[in-house]
Amino acid sequence: MIEKTVVELASALSTGSVSSVELTRAFIDRITTIDTQLNAYITVDEQEALKQAKEADEARARGAHSPFLGVPIAHKDLFCTQGTKTTCGSKMLQNFVSPYDATVVARLKDSGAVTLGKTNCDEFAMGSSNENSFFGPAYNPWGKNRVPGGSSGGSASAVAADLCAIATGTDTGGSIRQPASFCGVTGLKPTYGRVSRWGMVAYASSLDVGGPLAKTAHDAAVMLNAIAGHDPKDSTSVAVSTEDYTQSLDAPLTNLRIGLPRQYFSQDLDPRVAAIIQETARNLENLGATLVDIDLEKSTLSLPAYYVIAPAEASTNLSRYDGVRYGYRCEDPLDLEDMYTRSRTEGFGNEVKRRIMIGTYALSAGYYDAYYKKAQRIRRLIKQDFSKAFENVDAILSPTSPFTAFELGAKKDPVSMYLEDIYTLGVNLAGIPGISIPAGFINGLPIGAQLVASDFREGLLLNIAHQYQQNSDWHKQKPSMPMGV
Amino acid sequence: MALNEKNIKDIAHLARLKIEENEVVESLTDFSSILSMINEMQTVDTENIPPLANPHEQIQRLRKDAVTESNDRDNLLKLAPKTTDGLFLVPKVID
Repeated sequence: MIEKTVVELASALSTGSVSSVELTRAFIDRITTIDTQLNAYITVDEQEALKQAKEADEARARGAHSPFLGVPIAHKDLFCTQGTKTTCGSKMLQNFVSPYDATVVARLKDSGAVTLGKTNCDEFAMGSSNENSFFGPAYNPWGKNRVPGGSSGGSASAVAADLCAIATGTDTGGSIRQPASFCGVTGLKPTYGRVSRWGMVAYASSLDVGGPLAKTAHDAAVMLNAIAGHDPKDSTSVAVSTEDYTQSLDAPLTNLRIGLPRQYFSQDLDPRVAAIIQETARNLENLGATLVDIDLEKSTLSLPAYYVIAPAEASTNLSRYDGVRYGYRCEDPLDLEDMYTRSRTEGFGNEVKRRIMIGTYALSAGYYDAYYKKAQRIRRLIKQDFSKAFENVDAILSPTSPFTAFELGAKKDPVSMYLEDIYTLGVNLAGIPGISIPAGFINGLPIGAQLVASDFREGLLLNIAHQYQQNSDWHKQKPSMPMGV
Repeated sequence: MALNEKNIKDIAHLARLKIEENEVVESLTDFSSILSMINEMQTVDTENIPPLANPHEQIQRLRKDAVTESNDRDNLLKLAPKTTDGLFLVPKVID
């Protein structure tokens, strides 16, 4: 039963062929036996999960219905959960228990979801391998000693290994899509502002967005239905009306134009990855779509622009961790300055410190125009590049990542790690939605295809992804577990 | 705009972080390679391109100036490393 999709589980729960308590117990048993190898979870709250499951069963007995009623899910440990620790993968928040639920968490609870626990991630969502977690790396169930990607690595690993039915993630530069690609699951990054950031711990506020990591596009649509929409508590959440994202799933792909950016299929791209994406394109063509070669001339600039804007916003956001109101405080501070400096130096890991310093530099007097303003001007060029492309096509197809999952410790210098996200960063800078779907395997490791559309066209992306999944079985492949790690 | 070891320590200080002596060289190397990647931006002419801060060019919405939060002082203070008499406690600032 645990291998089933959210849609299938909801159906089984509604017919009474399984109870939420039975299902939750089965997931917890699975986590207990498997997660010692994967480290996908930072916190599993068994008692709380079983309590929520019992409540869901009781609500159903009283006649209640909702899409997630009794379905066990997991949250990336970046979403605040009242009463359960929210660590952000950091020593800084090792013992932090939020006094409130994030809007995403509250909306899924309202929809009846049972929370199994909190998934592992790179510290404060900064990373592409999940190696930057204070609680140790999460592992990829598809290969021995392989990273699950990041930063939502624990969520991707947990969904792939059936340690939850579906999980939330956050995406600032690719943190939902790249781990989805590495772990063979479906990951949706909604339009900026489509999903409330309230209670989602901030990394880079003009880029961050929450979304699902799921077994199918259909499940991702069900979760988006639950979490999308304006939230008065987040002033950057947009007041654009939502839709029922499951309604358009079955639309035929005829009359759709799908663009393939020439710049993404350069000689530098691994020919095995290129072949898989070309094959995906042909399959979409067979389903009625028209393929068009397009240009995204400014795409190479997304890497430098992102690594100014994201660290700049991070340096500002993370100045709140000062050892005063919550979080880690150093032992025996000599004075206030010593308390700030040692609490931050001891509480943050290396990558977080590196990005805070880059951001501090980019925002400092004399460099603000040359770096931060410059990056924002380039951000506009990147947005214009996409807008121009969308005058001619409905969606853009590319690899999600240039590589499959690499081995732990394989990427030592920061810039080579940053290059992981070369195809995903521009989407965040432009604020548009993107989805990664399983598209094939290279040497037994999954690889994802990324589809991108213009603002608020998540429905279209889910439609294309669902139609592809009705005609392929990459997303149905399962890693053989347990495996040696 | 090549940086030196002193610049690294100064930047760390601005961010209230401390770089240990044995970490300065590695930190400078990483920082310099990231900056050289970032400096690719400088090759692009952005003379008449206005900065884009929010992807939807949204301006900050204001809400009514009304009390919406309840007094949650005790719960919030429970999160703090040190408190006294309903206040956050920090090392002495003024003698």
